[in-house]
Amino acid sequence: MKSLKLNKTTRRNYLTYLLVILAYVILQILGSTGSISSSLKGMLVPICAYIVMAISLNLTVGVLGELSLGHAGFMSMGAFTGVTAAIALQDAIPAAPLRMAIALAVGAAFAALTGFLIGIPVLRLNGDYLAIVTLAFGEIIKSIFNNLYVGVDKKGLHMSLLSDKTSLSEGGKLIIAGPMGIGGIQKISTFTAGFILVMITLIVVFHLVNSRAGRAIMAIRDNRIAAESVGVNITKYKMMAFVTSAALAGAAGALFAMNYSTIVANKFDFNTSILVLVFVVLGGLGNMLGSIVAAAALTILPEALRQFSDYRMLVYAIVLILVMLATNNPTLKSFFSRFKPGKSHGKEAA
Amino acid sequence: MKKKFFALMMAMLMVLSLAACGGKEDPPAPGTDAPAASGEAGGAFKLGGTGPLTGGAAIYGNAVKNGAQIAVDEINAMGGIQFELKYEDDTHDAEKAVNAYNVLKDWGMQISMGSVTSKPCEATSAETYADRIFALTPSASTTGTIEGKDNMFQMCFMDPNQGTASAQYISDKGLGTKIAVIWKNDDPYSKGIHDTFTAKAGELGLEVVSDTTFADGNDTDFSVQLKNAQDAGADLVFLPMYYQPASLILSQANSMSYAPKWFGVDGMDGILTMEGFDTTLAEGVMLLTPFNADSTDERTQNFVAEYQKRFGEVPNQFAADAYDCVYAYKQALEAAGATPDMSAEDLCAAMIEQFTSMTFDGLTGDGMTWDATGAVSKSPKGMVIENGAYVGLD
Repeated sequence: MKSLKLNKTTRRNYLTYLLVILAYVILQILGSTGSISSSLKGMLVPICAYIVMAISLNLTVGVLGELSLGHAGFMSMGAFTGVTAAIALQDAIPAAPLRMAIALAVGAAFAALTGFLIGIPVLRLNGDYLAIVTLAFGEIIKSIFNNLYVGVDKKGLHMSLLSDKTSLSEGGKLIIAGPMGIGGIQKISTFTAGFILVMITLIVVFHLVNSRAGRAIMAIRDNRIAAESVGVNITKYKMMAFVTSAALAGAAGALFAMNYSTIVANKFDFNTSILVLVFVVLGGLGNMLGSIVAAAALTILPEALRQFSDYRMLVYAIVLILVMLATNNPTLKSFFSRFKPGKSHGKEAA
Repeated sequence: MKKKFFALMMAMLMVLSLAACGGKEDPPAPGTDAPAASGEAGGAFKLGGTGPLTGGAAIYGNAVKNGAQIAVDEINAMGGIQFELKYEDDTHDAEKAVNAYNVLKDWGMQISMGSVTSKPCEATSAETYADRIFALTPSASTTGTIEGKDNMFQMCFMDPNQGTASAQYISDKGLGTKIAVIWKNDDPYSKGIHDTFTAKAGELGLEVVSDTTFADGNDTDFSVQLKNAQDAGADLVFLPMYYQPASLILSQANSMSYAPKWFGVDGMDGILTMEGFDTTLAEGVMLLTPFNADSTDERTQNFVAEYQKRFGEVPNQFAADAYDCVYAYKQALEAAGATPDMSAEDLCAAMIEQFTSMTFDGLTGDGMTWDATGAVSKSPKGMVIENGAYVGLD
């Protein structure tokens, strides 16, 4: 029984990889023949970034079982540090893909560090309290970037808070300009980079979840006291999930930011955190494939509804409600399962 | 089984969304933009723009869209150059603006009106620059919008210019000596004006006695900032911000019976048409804006009358800027002898040449010229709100 169950998870993971690769190949072929609209083409990189965000948040919410409302904060951290690195290295490393990879790594590293620091106080809490504190941290990160000035000149990086006191020497460049955010970013994010990041994220998350550590993390989710009683180090495993989640979000942020010529801290606010949480909940807690589909579908949806003009967001909200209801409706589930051949033991059909 | 159900759901969603995306390549869906599309589609220049048609900044997006629509309809009625106008919603967000821009590109946009608000316009201007589509924004005023892009032009003042012009104006007219500034420190627009204003004020010997800030999320209670200004004895409060927070500041100052002189910038424009705002509170507020709806100029009066007839309100400066943009395009296209069958790239080259050499007279100023950076040169007008209407100060 146990081996069968494990098998099912593995099969499911491979299915996820396969579908992602398939989607990438199809879109690449369509893209090279010019049969996808610029509208969809322009959304590919943000979709990849949102997918990574959704998978990483799913690790915290679905696997670890703690509601985090500040996930956009890590995205912001990754976006700002990653882009800063990319701009600072513009002359040193002319090859865009390499610079991109370094920027993603820097973004992930800083977000992981932030995740670790935030994790120290946050992971002492549970449930609602933890949710509120992560929300607060997300806002703190937003405020910091709204008041941070970073410049680069020959002597290296200069930083100041609240007002521009960087006093750069000749030829220096102000990278982060407080509320103006970062401007003049070179667009070096590509769909391929996004795809690779999604794959790396999937590999990291699946390996973590299917490891000894992953089982410990899920044990904490299912019953904290029982897990503690058998000697699972709660803080360690919680931190492991939280920091991994933060690092992946940071990489997603860097990918996202380098797809636009300008980025501001206000973009990564509470709304963005909630948007990502919606992806996760809609896709199913702990269901990575679901997160991918939900992130892609809900990013495309508002654009696909443009023909409704003024009623666009209203229609979007209604569609969202309907989808939420539909995916959770037992009657509908059994209705669909009837059409599936070779399935006589369906649980939902009962 | 759950898995198969999900696979099915996914397939459905993907097909649906992709189908919906592909569907947009068909002729534009009839919507609010329909009147423009009814012109001869074959012989019309496709003019597109993005702006916040919904959300917090919607008043600007809609004003621009309406103003541009009036100009397009007038020009189409004259014969000669024909325009087809399409506006897409960007909800004042850079990401959505790029999406909206791509939708317009699919539609076949040849010349662009950029984006209405600053940050989204910085994002779309990078796209228009890469795609070689000429853009003239009616209202995106940061320096980043036009910086380093040879095909991006502005119809409005740049933020830094507004700050210096305001300080100059206050000093020249002797409106106040002790000045308080309340500004929004997470808004590029507000910050840009604040920084240049305080710098210029220092040069001119104006004393800034109180300099307080607010940000998104704590923009409902201004008692601390106002108290600070009052205690410092400020006789003029400079408000470089949009009209929503300004309206709250005015009403809260009124309730604490603090009545200094108020001085705003073009973002203040729109306060009189804001729903639920007691316009008597705005009595005596001064602002620097290039457009005066009460002007006796015939073209302005016609525009205001037409706008009121169609949309039931007095147009603000943004609508006038958009109106001017369309006419500036008309003038430039005529001078260049451009035809609608030209590619966006060819039009771009022709427009750059025209805009850097022509002089344009519009509602928001006479004798406007553009330099090669894309910045406009025109002189601002001081306005004061009297009896619920803008009246020229001079």
